[in-house]
Amino acid sequence: MLRVAKMSQRILAQGNTAIGYGAVNAGCLHFFGYPITPQNEVIEWFARELPKRGGSFLQAQCETAVINMLLGAGSAGVRVMTSTSSPGWALMQEGLSALANAEIPCVVVLVQRGGPVQGTTQHGQMDYLSATRGGGGGGYRDIVLAPASVQECSDLVQLAFYLADKYRNPVVVLSDGLLGQMMEPLEVRTLDFGPLPEKDWALKGLALHKDGKRRALSCLAGFCFQEVYESYLDFIQHLDEKYRQMADSEVRYETYQTDDAHLLVVAYGYAARVSLEAINMARDEGLKVGLIRPISLWPFPSEAIRQGATRGGDFLVVEDSLGQLVEDVRLSVNGQAEVHLLNMLSRHMRTPAGMILPDIVLEGIRKLA
Amino acid sequence: MEKIKVRGAPKSWQRSTSPLTICPGCQHGVVAELLCDAVDELGIQGNTIVISGIGCAGIDAFMVDMDAFIMCPHGRTCDVATGIKRALFGKPIVVALQGDGDCIAIGAGSLISAALRGEKITVIMANNANYGTTGGQLAPTTLLDQVTSTTPEGRDPGLAGYPAHVPEMLVPFRGVAYAARGAVNTPANYQRTKRYLKAALQKQIDNIGLSFVEILSACPANWHRTPVECLKWIEEKMIPEYPLGEFKNADRID
Repeated sequence: MLRVAKMSQRILAQGNTAIGYGAVNAGCLHFFGYPITPQNEVIEWFARELPKRGGSFLQAQCETAVINMLLGAGSAGVRVMTSTSSPGWALMQEGLSALANAEIPCVVVLVQRGGPVQGTTQHGQMDYLSATRGGGGGGYRDIVLAPASVQECSDLVQLAFYLADKYRNPVVVLSDGLLGQMMEPLEVRTLDFGPLPEKDWALKGLALHKDGKRRALSCLAGFCFQEVYESYLDFIQHLDEKYRQMADSEVRYETYQTDDAHLLVVAYGYAARVSLEAINMARDEGLKVGLIRPISLWPFPSEAIRQGATRGGDFLVVEDSLGQLVEDVRLSVNGQAEVHLLNMLSRHMRTPAGMILPDIVLEGIRKLA
Repeated sequence: MEKIKVRGAPKSWQRSTSPLTICPGCQHGVVAELLCDAVDELGIQGNTIVISGIGCAGIDAFMVDMDAFIMCPHGRTCDVATGIKRALFGKPIVVALQGDGDCIAIGAGSLISAALRGEKITVIMANNANYGTTGGQLAPTTLLDQVTSTTPEGRDPGLAGYPAHVPEMLVPFRGVAYAARGAVNTPANYQRTKRYLKAALQKQIDNIGLSFVEILSACPANWHRTPVECLKWIEEKMIPEYPLGEFKNADRID
């Protein structure tokens, strides 16, 4: 449920700049970043816009520094974020596990490119597993939100800040090069998700704490000695309970034409937009096909997928990678239905500019529906 | 009988902390005490945030009664300090408390970048010429011919390079307001180093630029010497390689 607290204007914007509008409307005044394609519009937007709004922008020396600057700024209790692409994301992994360990809220936007490593500077969806499983050490969990429109790039960044503060945990917004570059109308609006607890744990200086006690945060597991973790496993159990609560409460997805569908397409991000187009084309041909679009990639909407499987439908996963989302779909289906994959090898060109286009998905649907 | 005045713990010493996990004769406790003394004399306890890195120097942040991020990711202490300083729009006094490995091996890039930006933070680097926490391996500050567990024949410059002189290195950086090296092996050196540290913190209070103080620090367990022998070793071996003094003291950056 989106409750719009303040409406301002309707503009034409890129996905990458929509991220900026979402962040400042969530009250984020701090951005640390490093240039990397295809997300340079994001850091350039913040460099331009934050000083005007009394915020602070810093271009750091590398992504490793960026994520640790987020650790510092988040420790001070402010809303802080960064944006990066796949190689930078890789460099941030230790920092992300540190943020999870110290329970520091922040938002990281990952505008995916084609990989592995430097790969291409253009779009891709090859970091699904890295984002949803956590590439840093220690088995932490981050909520991962996947926008599929320019509007969602803005709205989900706001939701990400809310969830980060709610759970004292990093939240990842998983975009991609195509979403980042494409332009659509954007309602610049402030969303209200409800009240949040005060950040009494934040480092501000002893004199500013009402109880006169110092605050301490740490990346040593559970060693925040003003809190009560008597042992390592007490802390790990606390994390487990938090992650379970996230998994129970924060599943988000959208369905389209699923009620009578014999074939369910599962896709996120740009591939979901393409699939939606293909489903409309297939429906015109009388094919009974629908879409399940996960919005939260972790926690994954397993129950919605499982229900689709028990109704007797088969699945077609469309993703611009060799197949990563398909693993979560197969786990959810648990052998109850056929799961097919249309992956990046079906792109319309065999170059970095190649895309999975609606015609290609339609062809895949025709073979199965 | 003549009354002997016993000096109590500094006001900003952390009294509620659990037993310290430092070895007998280790000087990290002295480095932490020195920081507390300097902070007390400047009256900035309520406004100071300490960030410690990974390594034995990280333990120092347990000992101070100030807001602290205890043991951030290895080498990223200056980055975390930067994040806090900027998030609070420069208001708190931010101290990055690092060991030599954290500061000038894995964290060299972070220190250099903070110095290039003239980040308004104070960096303390405790130099004990080895990696203490992990059992005494080669550090950038290990002396030539010094035996460590990863230079069993002594540090050979052909294989393992030369000792790092960090305050000297920082002098030409325009963003650096202050760079000094002290020791805490004698009461006189303790007092002198406290003056350096107060001067460094004052540079931050005055918002001039990055300030840096290296402190030579004994590591009896890994040097395989008694605490008293360690103090002598600092005097005879370390200070000739790492001369004490102020290397830069700028009142403004042009």
